[in-house]
Amino acid sequence: MATNRQYEVVFIADPVADDDEVQRLTDNFKQLVTDQGGVISKAETLGRRQLAYEILHKTEGTFVLMEIEGSGREIAELERRMRVNDRVLRYITVRVDEDRRRAEKFKSRRSAKAARKNKGAGGSSSSAFSTEDEA
Amino acid sequence: MSTNYEDRGRGYNGDEDLDRGRGMQGGRGGGRRMHRRRICRFCIEKVDLIDFKDIRLLQNYIPERGKILPRRISGNCATHQRMLAEAIKRARNIALLPYTTD
Repeated sequence: MATNRQYEVVFIADPVADDDEVQRLTDNFKQLVTDQGGVISKAETLGRRQLAYEILHKTEGTFVLMEIEGSGREIAELERRMRVNDRVLRYITVRVDEDRRRAEKFKSRRSAKAARKNKGAGGSSSSAFSTEDEA
Repeated sequence: MSTNYEDRGRGYNGDEDLDRGRGMQGGRGGGRRMHRRRICRFCIEKVDLIDFKDIRLLQNYIPERGKILPRRISGNCATHQRMLAEAIKRARNIALLPYTTD
């Protein structure tokens, strides 16, 4: 149960690191996560971007996105490594499975409602609105 | 005495309302000042999830100052405003959006 959490990790790599180095860094992290028993479902470089504010006197950085499935233990290790690594300016980990499940629920509820509407020749639209609001 | 005070209170509120109206014109380019249309764009587009990496979307909700556009102006529903605020805060954390601009 605990093993199927999904996380999105975005980190900013130092702009002095070239593409190869960023790739190596990412591979390193990927290796680490798989060693810890996590699964990488996606890893992509979002590209070099201007930072909205300076971090360690840097004004730009390379953004890398990883999607990880696992228990959460590999996330702890990954975060520890990223904190120590000088090439990582900043990282953020977001747990996404709960939100995605919630979105899925909204979706199915909506389609169920649409189906009911089609069958029952138009339920009141105001009720549809109120449920959407409170959900 | 007390009525006098109340009067002043009302006058102040009126001022605030005027200010709000002006803010709306500047911020969102909205034409109507007096009656606001409460329409949540996310509900219409049936958005279930607001991604913090979608800066182009989020940028619509941060005026020049970098603050989160309040619900009373954008007209978002509570659920979506919450999702939006969360996404903006995450985006700020990784320097996709500014905390402040000066």
